[in-house]
Amino acid sequence: MQRHLISAADLTRDDAVLILDTAEEMARVADRPIKKLPTLRGRTIVNLFFEDSTRTRISFEAAEKRLSADVINFSAKGSSVSKGESLKDTAQTLEAMGVDAVVIRHGASGAPYRLATSGWIDAAVVNAGDGTHQHPTQALLDAFTMRRRLVGRDTGLGRDLSGRRITIVGDVLHSRVARSNVDLLHTLGAEVTLVAPPTLVPVGVGNWPCEVSYDLDSTLVKSDAVMMLRVQRERMNAAFFPTEREYSRRYGLDAERMAKMPGHAIVMHPGPMVRGMEITAEVADSDRCTVVEQVANGVSIRMAVLYLLLGGNEPALSHARQPVAHHPATERVAPPTGSEEK
Amino acid sequence: MSKTLIRGAKVLGGEPQDVLIDGGTIAAVGPGLGADGAEVVEAAGQVLLPGLVDLHTHLREPGREDSETVLTGTRAAASGGYTAVFAMANTFPVADTAGVVEQVYRLGREHGYCDVQPIGAVTVGLEGRKLAELGAMHESAAGVTVFSDDGKCVDDAVIMRRALEYVKAFGGVVAQHAQEPRLTEGAQMNEGVVSAELGLGGWPAVAEESIIARDVLLAEHVGSRVHICHLSTAGSVEIVRWAKSRGIDVTAEVTPHHLLLTDELVRSYNPVYKVNPPLRTERDVHALREALADGTIDIVATDHAPHPHEDKDCEWAAAAMGMVGLETALSVVQQTMVDTGLLDWAGVADRMSVRPAQIGRATGHGRPVSAGEPANLVLVDTAYRGRVDPAGFASRSRNTPYEGRELPGRVTHTWLRGKATLVDGKLT
Repeated sequence: MQRHLISAADLTRDDAVLILDTAEEMARVADRPIKKLPTLRGRTIVNLFFEDSTRTRISFEAAEKRLSADVINFSAKGSSVSKGESLKDTAQTLEAMGVDAVVIRHGASGAPYRLATSGWIDAAVVNAGDGTHQHPTQALLDAFTMRRRLVGRDTGLGRDLSGRRITIVGDVLHSRVARSNVDLLHTLGAEVTLVAPPTLVPVGVGNWPCEVSYDLDSTLVKSDAVMMLRVQRERMNAAFFPTEREYSRRYGLDAERMAKMPGHAIVMHPGPMVRGMEITAEVADSDRCTVVEQVANGVSIRMAVLYLLLGGNEPALSHARQPVAHHPATERVAPPTGSEEK
Repeated sequence: MSKTLIRGAKVLGGEPQDVLIDGGTIAAVGPGLGADGAEVVEAAGQVLLPGLVDLHTHLREPGREDSETVLTGTRAAASGGYTAVFAMANTFPVADTAGVVEQVYRLGREHGYCDVQPIGAVTVGLEGRKLAELGAMHESAAGVTVFSDDGKCVDDAVIMRRALEYVKAFGGVVAQHAQEPRLTEGAQMNEGVVSAELGLGGWPAVAEESIIARDVLLAEHVGSRVHICHLSTAGSVEIVRWAKSRGIDVTAEVTPHHLLLTDELVRSYNPVYKVNPPLRTERDVHALREALADGTIDIVATDHAPHPHEDKDCEWAAAAMGMVGLETALSVVQQTMVDTGLLDWAGVADRMSVRPAQIGRATGHGRPVSAGEPANLVLVDTAYRGRVDPAGFASRSRNTPYEGRELPGRVTHTWLRGKATLVDGKLT
């Protein structure tokens, strides 16, 4: 049976906690002199990137190498894709080379889902970000960071984020990070509030398991973590907001605003940051900002995901607890084929 | 020419009668007609309707013969019970000159499966800037009366006004593809709950409704008639209802797929559900059915849009928009309108034959099933239940959203001016 990680919404609470706990085990590897496990020796993973994303690609690559997998990097630029080869043909070409898993980044929402469900290939599919849809490993590494900071590295094991108040600020409309985080944080019991100008909130957000506010200041004071999303300057050309300056003033996080947050609260950012836009340099460089930690945690999370998808029958570490009996059941439930008589 | 006796058919779903075809004409209708040497078609239990008329078909020829040709498209039409189709203008080259429309018209006549009435482009190259030679297309052998830039909206209000006015001189009608272009930049599916979740660009209902509102007011102002293509939202229904109550000469069509399918299906990211206008919500589907039943929406039109396999076997954003529909339209209408009690078979004949023929001025089609009328007829086994198998389609393309779905009804016979184009479900 095939197993994939396509959407954060596919994870149950137990799946998610298992991934976070496994990532803690993986993080210990990073503290060793030799940061390498033999777990995926002989397995081949391709990083299939149709969109530029150096940091995500490097993070997956580091995770794969630490698990001893054979890694193939495929960048669409300068490849046959730019000559008109289809996603299907590219995927089948890679599969013919004996790939066990495909980590895919694609500009089109749903491309990883298509890859996993169209019968084109048999390999496991891990979504590394698709269009404005999902970025599940980002949500997992964010949740991992929050659990460490807000619950505790050791006390957090086996636990979720019940009752934690998380605020996500910025371009929700175009953000796969926001969508994935809302889904996962809700599953983990957190209370999520989205803050953005109304133009950057999607129509239909009312069905999401979160609150929406247009006012940052009133939300900050009751937040345990504030996640700032990147806002592309080009958005103002499409009239999403009038000017960069006005955006920063109303929705940017500066030191003055950060001071209103509870003392324990952290500032997060998925990167890359646009300093001076959604976040000031002072905030970005402060102790409360977890940006660098998130990057480190990303490797642990991706190791955990790949390990559980591909090699989960053996213990990850020789000293670790017994093999996990339960794998994250990340296969998507088949969508309804008919909706007219519901 | 030969004679055919259709025995015991429920004419428009009524009491069983015999219908005698002599040459291209219906010679007699009544109970217990003698065979008198005619070929007999036993039709007990089946429903006889006037041949269906589709005001919105894409035949793709000239230019995209890899997806459909006039021949394969008209064979698909005959399979679906159609005796006349209106071929949309977005071909390559665009049907914006007398030469192109005459070619398409002649191909339809030569093949003989179904009358093909070309639709002329409103503007040169469908670019929305300069009126095409509408009069020349009307005066050509094709006798064009319906004009549309379908696929694109005539969004410039002045061009739309002029087109509405200009075609009055020869009784033409402009069929508007209502889509405000700025509101639908990057649009991939209906904007709402599902698009928010899937991260696909939204196609908001207001982009359709605002154009319809503008165009009915323009039609009122200049005293023209206007036709709305593939109306898809509950709000559009309200605007058309209001316009009709005001006496504005507006007609509207709905596609079979908008009567049955919703945007929930897009969760599969399967591009077979990608269509323009997009699949909407349950609420819209019900509003469209009610509007078709009460006559606010005048007709069913297929928007039959064939695409080659590779244009759908890809990621959603890269896929072409559109679905084939000629061979499943009547079944979908039976399921959504007849089996639900919203419309009887006489109503189906009105919405799928009589009214579309009137709107498009297709003489000889959409006529009563009575003596002296042209023998354009379709016989339907309404008790049939079966799963849709695209492998059996006459169309060159297979991009149906109904593959594997059980639908009621099956067209068994189609006659075009007395000549059988479909016999026992097989093309002649």
